[in-house]
Amino acid sequence: MSELRLGEFCQARSGDKADVANIAVFAPTEDLYAVLRDQLTEDRVAEHLAPLVAGPVTRYEAGNVLALNFVCQLALGGGGPRSLRSDMLGKTLGPNLLRMTVEVPDHLMGDLPRLRPPGP
Amino acid sequence: MALRIGAGQGFTGDDPRGTREVLEDGVDYLCCDALAEITLTSIYRERQQDERAGYARDVATVAELALPGVADGVRLVTNAGALNPLGARDAVVGVARRLGIDRLRVGVVLGSDLTVRVAELASATGGLRHADTGEVMGPTEDVEFAAAYLGAWPIVEALGDGADVVVTGRVADTSVFMAPAMYELGLARDDWVRLGRLAIMGHLMECSTQVTGGNFSGRWWEVPGLDVIGFPIAEVDDDAEVVITKPQGSGGLVSPDTVKEQLLYEVGDPTRYLTPDVVADMTSAALRDDGPDRVRVAGATGTPATDSYKVILSRRAGWSAAAALTYTYPGAMAKARAAKEVLDRRLERAGVQPLETWVEYVGAGAMWGEADGSDLPEVVLRYAVRCPTREEAAAVLVERIRALSIGGPPGAAASGMGTSPPMPVSEIWPTLVSKELIDPQVKVVVEDL
Repeated sequence: MSELRLGEFCQARSGDKADVANIAVFAPTEDLYAVLRDQLTEDRVAEHLAPLVAGPVTRYEAGNVLALNFVCQLALGGGGPRSLRSDMLGKTLGPNLLRMTVEVPDHLMGDLPRLRPPGP
Repeated sequence: MALRIGAGQGFTGDDPRGTREVLEDGVDYLCCDALAEITLTSIYRERQQDERAGYARDVATVAELALPGVADGVRLVTNAGALNPLGARDAVVGVARRLGIDRLRVGVVLGSDLTVRVAELASATGGLRHADTGEVMGPTEDVEFAAAYLGAWPIVEALGDGADVVVTGRVADTSVFMAPAMYELGLARDDWVRLGRLAIMGHLMECSTQVTGGNFSGRWWEVPGLDVIGFPIAEVDDDAEVVITKPQGSGGLVSPDTVKEQLLYEVGDPTRYLTPDVVADMTSAALRDDGPDRVRVAGATGTPATDSYKVILSRRAGWSAAAALTYTYPGAMAKARAAKEVLDRRLERAGVQPLETWVEYVGAGAMWGEADGSDLPEVVLRYAVRCPTREEAAAVLVERIRALSIGGPPGAAASGMGTSPPMPVSEIWPTLVSKELIDPQVKVVVEDL
């Protein structure tokens, strides 16, 4: 087992609707998708986002694109036109989720794409 | 030959170069989504200053690029009309005259603006219930505007009446892109499978470059030509199966990895993506590599549309302003925190009671809602307030200058990068309203130039 940040091997994109944000996180393979489904629970994600998200977090699955979609209520400080945040549209919530870690079994370590840009 | 639908805008202010490239690559329809929640609010503010405003001004830029193609059969659909569709129509007509075009049939879709009906709708619906929180809106006097997200059928009607250009008010983003395909394929209103496919196509197209390699979290450093990123084109066959691609020679990347990120963008339950025209199932779409910069979206489905429209109400929510200062080593974080406390006390002494305050330490985890910086080279304190009046909001800037220019913690950069002047702010209140209450006011007007 190795503890890895999702940003090492997953894609993520977030968006806004009023004061609701969604964060979709995409696994690169079926096996790694199973890892995410096991370990990225609603409770863990809600706890990770607690400094920014005041409402409940609901998780949906989109197996066709190996994705989990987290829908977060009261997530943007009142929604785009009212929010005082630098990121009033929640664009950085996706990257934020990628800071979370999961335990990846050793036999899957060879499947990992390298999602780090070259350079420092 | 498949029907080719090009994206001309993903928001007002989008790059006209992308629009031009799509037209040059050859499309049957150019479709533009000019609106977002924050766009509608800023367009409302423009109209408060000027009655002739109230629409996305760069509809004229789009028209200038698209109208010369009308003679060859290219048609333009845009929701740039926002809160003033007739104003946007007049802007398009003005461009046509300037270009010396004498044959043009222009359609307008009216009826999305519900501002004058807010009190009536509140009583007809038993209170305007917030679509996300369930809360019922109290008094409605502070509502600035209300807009329904209409569907694609009024656009289909205008196209059927021979319109070369269709300008609408607030029509749902997806519907703007669906309508031409619904018209060309002759879809029935209950063809839920093909409508579902088209809704997914519309969703993939509505944010222009977000599907062609923009905002891509995968191997983004390998996406070529971000400075000349291409806008998407959808090729639609008779089964409403879709290939997403982009103009030959343009920058960017269309791959299953770029397309899948857009598939779930701003989506709630992915098995029930609600549009005015159909409920689409995002989990039913298979994304397949179909050659360089081509992705096939196969096998998707939809289910019957709901009986309501989404309506957003915008309510006055006071004024906001933000002061910002960049502090440096040594002790950048300690200085920023000390400056924050100075502002807290100065505002209190000035008698300012913000409705809301949001403090960020940019560079120390602000985007994560954290402040964790022990040995940072620099950190930006950003102190934002929302207050009932402009004067109170402006106080944060006054106190920043008076207290922190030379009288505060040492070594702040002089420019105040990140400072925002006082701005009126609004709160969006989404709700659902029965289609029966709105459809009777929807009008389609098609006229020759």
